[in-house]
Amino acid sequence: MLKSTLSILAGAGVLALAGFGIYAYHSPYAVEPPSARPAFDPAQVEQGRILAAAGYCATCHTAAGGAPYAGNFPVTTDFGTIYASNITPDPETGIGNWSKAAFRRAMHEGVDREGRHLFPAFPFDHFTKMTDADVDAVYAYLMTEVAPVKEATQAPTIPFPLNQRILQAGWKLLFVDFGRYADDPSKSAEWNRGAYLVEGVTHCGACHTPRNKVGAEEKSARFAGATIDAWSAPALTAANPSAVPWTAADFTRYLSTGAGTYHGIAAGPMAPVVHAGLRELPESDLTAIGVYLGNVVGAPEADPAASPAVQASLAAGRPDPAWRADEGERLYATACAACHYNAESIVAERPELGINSSTRLDDPSNLIHVILDGVSSAEGTPGVVMPAFRDALSDQQIAAIAAYLRDKRADLAPWTDLETRVAQIRAHQGTH
Amino acid sequence: MIEFSINGRAVSVDVDPDTPLLWVIRDEVGLTGTKFGCGIGMCGACTVHVGGRATRSCITPVSDVAGAEITTIEGLDPAGEHPLQQAWRELKVPQCGYCQSGQIMQAAAFLKDIPNPTDADIDAVMTGNLCRCMTYNRIREAVREAAAAMRGEKTNG
Repeated sequence: MLKSTLSILAGAGVLALAGFGIYAYHSPYAVEPPSARPAFDPAQVEQGRILAAAGYCATCHTAAGGAPYAGNFPVTTDFGTIYASNITPDPETGIGNWSKAAFRRAMHEGVDREGRHLFPAFPFDHFTKMTDADVDAVYAYLMTEVAPVKEATQAPTIPFPLNQRILQAGWKLLFVDFGRYADDPSKSAEWNRGAYLVEGVTHCGACHTPRNKVGAEEKSARFAGATIDAWSAPALTAANPSAVPWTAADFTRYLSTGAGTYHGIAAGPMAPVVHAGLRELPESDLTAIGVYLGNVVGAPEADPAASPAVQASLAAGRPDPAWRADEGERLYATACAACHYNAESIVAERPELGINSSTRLDDPSNLIHVILDGVSSAEGTPGVVMPAFRDALSDQQIAAIAAYLRDKRADLAPWTDLETRVAQIRAHQGTH
Repeated sequence: MIEFSINGRAVSVDVDPDTPLLWVIRDEVGLTGTKFGCGIGMCGACTVHVGGRATRSCITPVSDVAGAEITTIEGLDPAGEHPLQQAWRELKVPQCGYCQSGQIMQAAAFLKDIPNPTDADIDAVMTGNLCRCMTYNRIREAVREAAAAMRGEKTNG
């Protein structure tokens, strides 16, 4: 009896393994040399350029100081560093030998031309939502407009056995819902267009949704906020701590300009999302993204200037002789108020720090990053900068300013261990 | 090479990306109206405009201003007749004069944002610009006067 049960179990095990093997196996696509490729329609190439921007392909596929799309940008994960592939049309080291079908499989299924599973640092779990036509447009753009560069991609530093690509098949089986985006018929065409972009090509959830222990987005915590390269990617839900809830119009304005009067600016990892990416999308698409994200947050449209938090922050910012009693307030008055003070109402390019996202998040990282390293002309509002206080203020002084803003201006629960956090971020070697 | 424009002129400099903008303005471009004070962004003497906003150039790495438009005291008004410069002369604001280019650049950006400031507004924004000769009362008066002139009002000053 025992023996037959064991043999049934063993048989089932072998069958399951065989089944997994069949699931995991992908045959290679034949080499298609560039000379065999037909010319693409210029309109399709242009559509591909816009989509490649909206997916920030170049941001992760270009190393600092490297040639565009030639890869080797280090993506640091909890499991090791993965180097982005060379996706220039170089036949040897890039994707020059890939057919359209091979490229579609990579985008939709996360499998390369040779049939190897790609690591999910490449967000195929989002790109699987993209239509064939959109994926083909990106292919047309990469093959036509990107200069081929011979640059071998570095091997990932992920240890054995996690570096075994076959295991990715199991990860996919557990965590990825493959398939194109399907319209929700109960919603408007604009909402569906926004959802298609956000869930697919712009892959917002890749940074704004927390990940589980094996690096997959937590489906039960969509857009709940997460940490990325020691920056905080805020929640895009009703749990977002903004003093003035994000509306559809706020999202659209922020994603088109890089700044929002009542929220803050796109800095750190968010800067290229706007300036190297979403700004390329047509206005109608940015409006659609706003409609979708505004609906995810669920805030009613209201006059932000009348918000009690705005009024409280402005009132607390008025000069008060007592400011000299508090070191943080004193430093703020000297180092920050020249640009951040507002009188009766908030001027768009004078960020009011009591209502700024960086002050209101539970995690002080973003505020500390910006105080330490400022904001370059390529971040936030283009052409405008904030100086870097890294060499001007000590950890303790930056902690004092942050504590003042959190307490006196935003009136929120104090951040703990601020000075330690400043020291950590000062020492952090980020990729943004 | 880092490229930006200064007082309407395109410049391209070959320096370490971490070099403070102030050093580039004074030593590479050769405009010395902008002054070095504390070197840690706490005194305002080095204030210039980047994209029209007052910016402490001593702690701004030059790489951060790539592509931006910079204005220094030399470029605020081609003839030196900005309403703040006129008020500065009329009220004989400076004593030693070291801080004045920073004061004027800070005030010019401020009045674009807040054209009708109260004394408390002036104090809040100008607190980051130190004057070791203690001419603060005259600075405040000149800012008020320039604000009125810029709004097209007559003053008795």
